[in-house]
Amino acid sequence: MKTLRISLTVNGEVVEREVPARLNLVDFLRHDLGFTGSHVGCEQGACGACTVLVDGETVRGCLLLAVQADGCKVETIEIMEFEDLRAAFHRLNALQCGFCTPGMLLSAQELLQAKPKPSRAEIREYLSGNFCRCTGYQAIVDAVEAVARARGG
Amino acid sequence: MSIGAEVPRDRAKRLLLGRGRYVDDISLPRMLHLAFVRSPYAHARIEAVDCTDARALDGVVAVLTAAEIADAVASWRAEHKLFPAMAAPEQFALARDIVRWQGEAVAVVVADSRAVAEDGAELVAVTWHELVAVTDAKKALEREAPVLHDDMDSNLAFTTEVASGNTKAAFEKADHVVEEHFRFHRHSGVSLEPRGIIAEFEPSENRLTVHQSHQTPHQQQDLYARLLSLPEHKVRVICPDVGGAFGLKHHLMADELVACVAAKLLARPVKFIADRLESFLADIHCRDHEVTARMAFSPSGEILAVEVDDLFNAGAYGQYPRTSIAEGNQITRLTGAPYRHEHYTANLRMAFLNKSILGHIRSVGHPIACAVAERLVDMGAAKLGLDPIEVRRANYLHGDDFPRTSVGGVEFEYLSLRGCLDKALTMIDVPGFREEQANLRAKGIYRGLGVGTFVELTAIGPEYYGQGGQHISAQETCLLRLEASGDVRCYTGATDQGQGIDTGIQQVVSDTLGVPLAAIEVISGDSALCPVGGGSWGSRGAALAGEAALRAANTLRRNILSIAAGLLQKDVAALNIEDGTVVEAGISHMTVAEVARIGHFQPYAIPDGIPADLTVVERYATKDRLFLAGNGVQIATVEVDVDTGIVTPLRHLVVHDCGRILNPLLVREQVRGGVVQGIGSALYEELRYDDDGHLLTGSFADYLVPMAGEMPDIEVAHLENPTATSELGAKGAGEAGTAGAVSAILNAVNDAIAPLEATIAEVPVTPPRLLKALGQI
Repeated sequence: MKTLRISLTVNGEVVEREVPARLNLVDFLRHDLGFTGSHVGCEQGACGACTVLVDGETVRGCLLLAVQADGCKVETIEIMEFEDLRAAFHRLNALQCGFCTPGMLLSAQELLQAKPKPSRAEIREYLSGNFCRCTGYQAIVDAVEAVARARGG
Repeated sequence: MSIGAEVPRDRAKRLLLGRGRYVDDISLPRMLHLAFVRSPYAHARIEAVDCTDARALDGVVAVLTAAEIADAVASWRAEHKLFPAMAAPEQFALARDIVRWQGEAVAVVVADSRAVAEDGAELVAVTWHELVAVTDAKKALEREAPVLHDDMDSNLAFTTEVASGNTKAAFEKADHVVEEHFRFHRHSGVSLEPRGIIAEFEPSENRLTVHQSHQTPHQQQDLYARLLSLPEHKVRVICPDVGGAFGLKHHLMADELVACVAAKLLARPVKFIADRLESFLADIHCRDHEVTARMAFSPSGEILAVEVDDLFNAGAYGQYPRTSIAEGNQITRLTGAPYRHEHYTANLRMAFLNKSILGHIRSVGHPIACAVAERLVDMGAAKLGLDPIEVRRANYLHGDDFPRTSVGGVEFEYLSLRGCLDKALTMIDVPGFREEQANLRAKGIYRGLGVGTFVELTAIGPEYYGQGGQHISAQETCLLRLEASGDVRCYTGATDQGQGIDTGIQQVVSDTLGVPLAAIEVISGDSALCPVGGGSWGSRGAALAGEAALRAANTLRRNILSIAAGLLQKDVAALNIEDGTVVEAGISHMTVAEVARIGHFQPYAIPDGIPADLTVVERYATKDRLFLAGNGVQIATVEVDVDTGIVTPLRHLVVHDCGRILNPLLVREQVRGGVVQGIGSALYEELRYDDDGHLLTGSFADYLVPMAGEMPDIEVAHLENPTATSELGAKGAGEAGTAGAVSAILNAVNDAIAPLEATIAEVPVTPPRLLKALGQI
């Protein structure tokens, strides 16, 4: 089995590892580094549970190989500082089982950074790559909308 | 009061930080991983399994087939003694000789990593002899059809009739009859976290410890003990954070049992996490019914009789231990249940065929019973030229009709159908919609409005599985432990997969005991720690575990007050606990913490002869009350693009009555989540197979689930008519959204296309099906 040496920054720390070429990024983060906050729901890029930030942009951790993240800056839910977003999700019950939640939060944060005052339809559209099986999505949209309003002052 | 308040969940904070602990987040020393060798055929004979190359692969520790595990695990049959005539063929953890559905496992590779286990699985060479597959119930029941199971004469697993009154005569006499042939296709629960397990065996103690993504730890403890011949008290099943369940995680799954077997044989921890393809292939599926039904009306729109024929495309076997009968049973008992009519006949034929096992997924049978009846009511109203909403109101059971045993044999303590309808009509301007609808039709825009009335069976009593012979608890027990600090630990047999029952129980204990929410921790999902209970399924947590918690809290409260009264030389009846303090007429005497300290460390100070236990246990078991029925009304509006066949949900509202509500914040979004699952099955979700039984929808690219972009806002309102059968008064709430959504959507679509002289009665209503119904293709 072919392995390659990679060096990257994960959640602020430089990580150097010899990894199998076929190992995907989310499995590397979860099982090699112990950052289990990103989840694996489909391994086909469809459900969004594995969403992480690579060089500041959301990517599917299951569609990127760990070796492709060589030299990159990777960030996961564990170090995200958006306490207002977390608090709104908590207060409005925008999660049930919580499996989709880390990915949902990262997508929501990215939307709010790109578009500080999104409409409900725009929130729904932007989050349409993150599958939630428990909620009716409405509380999630409510939470993102509430944060947008609060951040907008 | 915290009951009825919008209390957010404690557990959610951890999940928001990415600090959840799901099964796949756990690693144990020297843990091994599984990959299954699954049948590519729906029906085939296993001629040979050659594991030589797989065993030689570096990193593979073992390859197990049915022969290798035969002595380590027993077989089982999905029997139910209330349905003794139901066929229950023998099932094995790994297929022996014959595979009967695509995806059935024939061997398992155990390796250092999942990746290497998958490499090994590819090297297992199975010689197959393909057999003719039966993939459709109608064909399965034909005389010349190949029979799946050797000990059966045909593929008919079960047949039954539910009858009341004289249906035949009522239809013959009736002035108006409507009839429809419905098809409800196969789908599943599709939890985002797939099934998963870590099994660990300690040979020196004969001890099996399991972490499993599951709803029913005690049921699993019993099953693993019996099937693996272990003493039950040496089996512990822990359900950590569970990433959604919806019924598909309250069964025995052969894959997870094999993980336990491997752990026992190898004496090393074994992990199995299903990937998405094997989830679609081998999870428990649901629905897959063909229903022909008719309804008889008087000229004034009175419903006179209902007749239902359900052909149930079950899987290759019955699900274990509950069996697969319930979906058919609910359809034959619940169709038309909201309406007052005397003459009812429902027939069920359940056929085994070469598809994955089908069983209980959220809202078992309800969406079909509801969609069939609600569609027929709309058809009847249209035929008679009456307003479908008024036909409903006139025929709903109401007022003096209760208590009542329905013609289908379901007991109703009380249903608030008219109240729910009236409330719903304050939330949507139906005449305004009709006016707009007419205007838009002139412009080629087709919108429709559909009403769905549902009855929701919750909190099942112990008779169903008790008399069925299953080891499934339908009573609940709560253990409360007052710690020496005055904080409270609450152990429940219910489990929390995100619906928030832990928080609901915390609220019940807080109010009943008189201590703050923050002083109470609810502990669930551990078969060794928690009192034997049923877990969470069938909307039972609030009604059953909530009532048990209330009883335990009452007992603990009595004991705390008795101790305080003894110490204070007061009349116990004069004392109360408020906000963690023992008070008398508003005056504080001592804190619960002081009582606890004395109770635990200075018990000699307590007078003899008073109840002084600070760890208390109470149980709640119902008798002769099969279900608690909730009810409600949903109204959906949709737009149909008649050129593309795409249906866009516009508005969706639910008025629901589930008795006393512990926490509206949690109930509301749970109802919405149920609606979204219902809309999914009405418009998108389908496990499609080809005629040879090959699954065509093994990924999220093929099996469409509802995403945020397609879903409307869902307005939810509640009426609260508490059940008088318990002190708490709560009924279950988890089925409501899913139960009614399909009917509302199906009626809305038909209302939209009515001017085009088209109808549709097949769900999901996909674009090709709709275009076919419209005569476009």
